[in-house]
Amino acid sequence: MAASTSMEWLYFVAQLATLAVLLTVVHRPLGDYLAHTVTTTKELRVERGLYRLIGVDGSSEQSWPAYLRSVLVFSALGILAVYALQRLQEFLPYSLGMPAASEHLAFNTAISFVTNTNWQSYSPDVTFGYTVQLVGLAVQNFLSAAVGIAVAVALIRALAARKSGTIGNFWVDLTRITLRVLLPLSIVIAIVLVAGGVIQNLAGFQEVQTLAGGTQNLPGGPVASQEAIKLFGTNGGGFFNANSSHPFENPTAWTSLFEVFVFLAIPFSLPATFGRMVGDRRQGYAVVAAMAVLYLVLVVAMTAAELQGAGTAPELAGGALEGKEVRFGIPGSTLYAASTTLTSTGSVNSMHDSYTSLGGGVALVNMMLGEVAPGGVGSGLYGMLVLAIIAVFVAGLMVGRTPEYLGKKIGPREIKLVSLFILTTPTLVLLGTALSFAIPAVRADVESTSIWNPGLHGFSEVLYAFTSAANNNGSAFAGLTANTPWFNTALGVAMLLGRFLPIVFVLALAGSLAAQDRLPVTAGTLPTHRPQFVGLHVGTVVVVSALTYFPVLALGPLAEGLS
Amino acid sequence: MARTPAPFRRPWAAQTWTALRALLIFTVALGVGYPLVVLGLGQLLFPAQANGSLVRVDDEVVGSSLIGQSFTDDEGSPLPEWFQSRPSAAGAGYDAAASSGSNYGPENADLIAAIEERRLAIAELERVDPDEIPVDALTASASGLDPHISPAYALLQVARVAEARGLDKALVRELVEAHIQGRDLGFLGEPTVNVLELNIALSRLGGSAQLDGAD
Repeated sequence: MAASTSMEWLYFVAQLATLAVLLTVVHRPLGDYLAHTVTTTKELRVERGLYRLIGVDGSSEQSWPAYLRSVLVFSALGILAVYALQRLQEFLPYSLGMPAASEHLAFNTAISFVTNTNWQSYSPDVTFGYTVQLVGLAVQNFLSAAVGIAVAVALIRALAARKSGTIGNFWVDLTRITLRVLLPLSIVIAIVLVAGGVIQNLAGFQEVQTLAGGTQNLPGGPVASQEAIKLFGTNGGGFFNANSSHPFENPTAWTSLFEVFVFLAIPFSLPATFGRMVGDRRQGYAVVAAMAVLYLVLVVAMTAAELQGAGTAPELAGGALEGKEVRFGIPGSTLYAASTTLTSTGSVNSMHDSYTSLGGGVALVNMMLGEVAPGGVGSGLYGMLVLAIIAVFVAGLMVGRTPEYLGKKIGPREIKLVSLFILTTPTLVLLGTALSFAIPAVRADVESTSIWNPGLHGFSEVLYAFTSAANNNGSAFAGLTANTPWFNTALGVAMLLGRFLPIVFVLALAGSLAAQDRLPVTAGTLPTHRPQFVGLHVGTVVVVSALTYFPVLALGPLAEGLS
Repeated sequence: MARTPAPFRRPWAAQTWTALRALLIFTVALGVGYPLVVLGLGQLLFPAQANGSLVRVDDEVVGSSLIGQSFTDDEGSPLPEWFQSRPSAAGAGYDAAASSGSNYGPENADLIAAIEERRLAIAELERVDPDEIPVDALTASASGLDPHISPAYALLQVARVAEARGLDKALVRELVEAHIQGRDLGFLGEPTVNVLELNIALSRLGGSAQLDGAD
């Protein structure tokens, strides 16, 4: 057993190293390409045509309130569209005979996909036909990702700007990010996935006689196209209930590593975009280093927990393989699980509910960090920059200087905004979890209908649901039956506020930073590109989330793992 | 552009009109155009994979090499002449229209009981020491459709399968060993045996026993 565990570690390290090499190779060119995409003055003909159709002047710029209005209106319409498609499903073509979704499910799902969360209260295999999946859900996989990146880009512009009243044009950012980055690369990714065995057809279900004389209903579907953007945009919503553990979504060990690479690609590249746009690459390296440190520690922690396999059932079976696929094994499962919870992707190639108590606890911690290591597309970077501002503020308090970041003074207004930013998701997580147990009628329903595993693990299921929703991750302790009026509504509200309140604060912050001049670097300036600051940055991330969440973690996974 | 009302006068209304048009155009491009492009390219370049890696026996589709199957009778008891897949939580077992893991937590009493029950049942079926049974035989997969078992579990089943089919044990063992897939690129994932492919190869070996559904 000991020998085989050390072999597993060896294979784990080899996979992690491969991933690190791929990301190291790709992060600068992709980051530079993203920077070029959002800064170039050259418009493509298709873009000019599109601006004319939607009535936008591609050369105009927006103030932060105008940028925010565009984000909010565009997202609100997206929610309405996805809601309507689900409610009208029975009248749509290619619906495979599936009926309309209930009001509360449609509410939850519409918000889920527009907020880049992709929480799925439903089982897709039996809920949505091809039209809702393609025209509703996949479209938002692109657009919600583009919105996230656009907001991050607006914040970067503000940091780079001098006395500017504008932070860019949302419609231009949205269009360029979608047409120049997400769409073409998703096509490439989808074809690679098809080569590996991911299906792409419109065949519906096909009944076959199995070898042993039974019958099996093999599903069809445009899976690869959905899978590609689900991962590349850190969305995570599966075409099938089993998500990326389903062999038609993730057929082999190499597709699994490729999928992890795909959803880490943009989050780990955006710091390079940042460094380039602010004219100091070292600033980008410092941010990506802070992300990488947290990422490595947590991936290793989860793998250690699962390879150790503590707990009654894993010890009885001889290993923590419940809810894991043989072709991935434990290292291939934990690499995926840790990466998906650290990126706000939320797709899964193994079932987190069946993880050991501490392994599942690491998944929770990963999300509780606020999805910044490296986080979702765009949201990871703006979250990390907010935490960098808190780090310089803390450092400023220690040495008694006015804090500044990249030559921008961090004054009372900025601190208020970043404080509101970091308070939003913990409030939603803790309030949502608490209300699930504090309202007597809700509690009765949660305990009798929703919770699948009794005892402490059941509490963890509810905590995981709100953590995942408020941080826009979308993975689940999937035993929880969340397709109830309470969870669909409460988690829907958590996703909505968890996405758009931080965006309001980030864009307001961008507005006030853009308006400032950039102060020159002096001997008294705290350097924010050195290892010392990376350490302070990492420490800030850890302290902010640890202080907030330790008590509630003690009630769930820690209590279960230590009892 | 020229006719768009000035943002300061009617900002929300103007933005809504722009957003509506943008959403419609992107929906057509991303919701219809994009999947059709991938459909066309996928069907052109990799038709076998795009259509589900279907496996045929005598021109009849018997399943997909990627999707596991049950090799049990109507009551769910294992058919001794076939290599058995892992336990499955998809529907009644390997229901490809209802992919799912068990989602049992590590301390769940039902899971603990199921593992004990499986261990005893497999020990009896294979006539082996209960401690020899590999972990994948005792646990349900994430998808409920895992097409693979570990080489250890496949080898464990050789004696029973050979006996049920009246085949030479060495021959069946050779067949299993030929079906062991190493790690992808030598270091990704785990060594596996694809149960459906193994069983198809097995059925081609023939054997003396009368078999159900093996034709």
